[in-house]
Amino acid sequence: MNLLLDAIRWVFDPANYGGPNGIDTRSGEHLALSGLVLLIAVVIAVPFGYFIGHTGHGRGIIVPLSGGVRALPTLGLLILVALNVGIGVVAPVVALVVLAIPSILAGAYSGFEAIDRRVIDAARAVGMTEWQILIRVEIPLGLPLLIGGLRSASLQVIATATLADYVSGGGLGHFLFLGLQTNNYPEMLGGSIVVIVLALASEGLFGLLQRLVVPAGVAARQPKDVRLRPVRSQTALG
Amino acid sequence: MIEFRSVSKQFPGGTVAVNDFSLVIPSRKTTVLVGSSGSGKTTILRMINRMIDPTSGSIEIDGEDISTLQPVKLRRRIGYVMQNSGLLPHFSVIDNVATVPILSGMPKKKAREQSLALLDTVGLDRSLAHRYPSQLSGGQQQRVGVARGLAANPNILLMDEPFGAVDPIVRAELQAELIRLQRELDKTVVFVTHDIDEAFLLGDQVVILETGGHIVQVGSPTEILSDPANDFVASFIGADKGKRALTIRKTPRGEILVDSEGRAAGVLVPAQDGADR
Ligand SMILES: Nc1ncnc2c1ncn2[C@@H]1O[C@H](COP(=O)(O)OP(=O)(O)OP(=O)(O)O)[C@@H](O)[C@H]1O
Ligand SMILES: [Mg+2]
Repeated sequence: MNLLLDAIRWVFDPANYGGPNGIDTRSGEHLALSGLVLLIAVVIAVPFGYFIGHTGHGRGIIVPLSGGVRALPTLGLLILVALNVGIGVVAPVVALVVLAIPSILAGAYSGFEAIDRRVIDAARAVGMTEWQILIRVEIPLGLPLLIGGLRSASLQVIATATLADYVSGGGLGHFLFLGLQTNNYPEMLGGSIVVIVLALASEGLFGLLQRLVVPAGVAARQPKDVRLRPVRSQTALG
Repeated sequence: MIEFRSVSKQFPGGTVAVNDFSLVIPSRKTTVLVGSSGSGKTTILRMINRMIDPTSGSIEIDGEDISTLQPVKLRRRIGYVMQNSGLLPHFSVIDNVATVPILSGMPKKKAREQSLALLDTVGLDRSLAHRYPSQLSGGQQQRVGVARGLAANPNILLMDEPFGAVDPIVRAELQAELIRLQRELDKTVVFVTHDIDEAFLLGDQVVILETGGHIVQVGSPTEILSDPANDFVASFIGADKGKRALTIRKTPRGEILVDSEGRAAGVLVPAQDGADR
């Protein structure tokens, strides 16, 4: 596999670092864009998800809606938005936020729905207000699933953010589009490898976070020796 | 005193769980609601702390109509214990017990100290204070549930089949403990069960219910046993057969009591003062 070797060589070539089109700069842009997108998506999706999860209302409207949105091709949406707002970073942010919302929304409400109803009932019966139930019971107990939703959203966003540079939005897509135009396949593949590394790093980070946010009393129920547990296949494909 | 006046509850689906229910629950006594599954016991109990609001009729606590009270405030002054303990899985034992006092604004440190003392009250070792509910046995969890119910020092304690999910030996232990507690604390206890033996053991007043919260008989265990209102009650309490239908049999060494199967159940001794309930 000469191409793969060339691509790896490209990734490690110091000449490809520094400057506005260096791998480091472009990776930074890529991560900043993805981070911004996730932040915006969280701000929009989590309150809606918590509302659905806490009240049980709105499920019938919001869930199919976000499912339908999931089917939108991101490239098409990107171009559509870019036609309206022009080239630059805005169109990719919008398109990627739309991409990220469904997973985060699902993580937020399913985290609440997975809580034993009797626990919430008891919390209410001893005199917690709805806010106290939300903050002291539902949010902490629902956190692992929310982080799970964030995890798959992050993976999708990092992979798809390569499209951003199609409308001059920056990021690692630069190497893919440039390589395609100039028939520089090692550059294309090398750019992809960097994207994959970022995606794997995100998986690792969120996977760790997902474990850390499991509340102590809930974790206590699981066996101490994690090697005894069957490995969950969570290498999500989106 | 808790008073139900012609209370009915129809659920949105159309089920009339409780129909025209009236009852006076005296203060500082244990009232047991007993009846078969679906007779409306839980619905009646949960109307006392406004977890369910009646469709019609009114409920008064010490003369105050509870529909005028804020549900959250009302619930904080009423202890509630349920079958699966309902403990918060992510709170340690001590924090579970201290929940209500802390919600009501008591400083954490004081609430925890007081909760430790409550663990003693319900017969739990203080070393369990920092465990999580999932690390306790079912019986221990129920004790924590009782401690939590007592934490705000409520006058009223509602218990919905609190001992239904533990094995018979632990259940007997918990029942004995509750009798001891009640002797010390003098709460108004409303206890739900479908076990008639438990009802007679714990209740000062026993209310036998049929579907729709229909009261078949109210009275002390003695009154109900000595004068069952009808055949339903008689068979429900097993007065006509089994271990409650005792007859005297003369033996060469004196009189003994035998049940309907002919098994020895006890001996006749002279009555003690105050033994009659
Ligand atoms: N939230 C609800 N919505 C609709 N119907 C309900 C609801 N809660 C209870 N019911 C119905 O009301 C009736 C009385 O229920 P309730 O829970 O009070 O019975 P119970 O005596 O406590 O029974 P169990 O011994 O099984 O706990 C049942 O027919 C039940 O199906
Ligand atoms: Mg019930």
